[in-house]
Amino acid sequence: MKTVLGIGGTEDSVKALEHTLDRVAETGDSLTVAVVENPDSGVDADKVESRVRELIDEHEADADVVRLSGSPGSALVEYAERNDYDEIVLGGGETSAMGKIQMGRVAEFVLLNSHISVKLVR
Amino acid sequence: MNGEGITDVSEFPTPPHGFEDGDGRKVEIREYDDDREALVSMYEKFDADDRAQGIPPVREDALENWLDVILDGVNAVAWDDDEAVGHATLVEDKDIGAHELAIFVVQSHQGAGIGSHLLRGTLALAYERGVRDVWLTVERWNRAAVRLYHGVGFEKTGRDGFEVEMATRLVDND
Repeated sequence: MKTVLGIGGTEDSVKALEHTLDRVAETGDSLTVAVVENPDSGVDADKVESRVRELIDEHEADADVVRLSGSPGSALVEYAERNDYDEIVLGGGETSAMGKIQMGRVAEFVLLNSHISVKLVR
Repeated sequence: MNGEGITDVSEFPTPPHGFEDGDGRKVEIREYDDDREALVSMYEKFDADDRAQGIPPVREDALENWLDVILDGVNAVAWDDDEAVGHATLVEDKDIGAHELAIFVVQSHQGAGIGSHLLRGTLALAYERGVRDVWLTVERWNRAAVRLYHGVGFEKTGRDGFEVEMATRLVDND
């Protein structure tokens, strides 16, 4: 399985990365981490990328890191489809003070536009 | 919050408030007062179709944790005799200084106006407790809920995705 994980720095996307690094350690699947520019995260993409590299090292995982520019949802779908990935992994949304799950705009876009399977990590 | 509506609570009866529902049942709205067991049993048999964005949680431990959080806020319960049949809760989001609202009515008592009474009573109670800004999200396909909230003054704000965000400001024009 060839997996690409999109990360823009939101809390749920970091959680998705940690979960996926543990999974690929078990399965031996190939993982690419795509750092996107998500204006909703409020975190600079350079900072996200260095955090991603730290986490990959901490988990002693084998993963490539790429940077995607432009609108995060469309950049991710295009990259995944052009490069024959099997699955896109994303953070599954934040929860409000009340505990309601709220999907990010990037996840909504990817769900509605991707021709390959999408996994949301909760 | 941008684009929020205005809700005048002066016409809303403050709980306790009894009424006859659309199916002839005598229902009373009261402020939550340590009735946790009744709420737990209401949520344990809650219909999965009526869950909204992951609440109420299904697993017992998650349900108890959720109740720990929300029962700190402003809460009102709709009672049919000694059975809790509806619950409304407002939880403060300290980051934005507004309260998030959610309402649940058990399936056996839906379509009888209980949600509307519960909503009005809870907003009147919330105003008394000093709450002014209220917001919520509702799944886009839940038109009945959007209508219910719009009917008391909520307006759609911000983004419109899988869920719709609505907000209002409570005032008392009496």
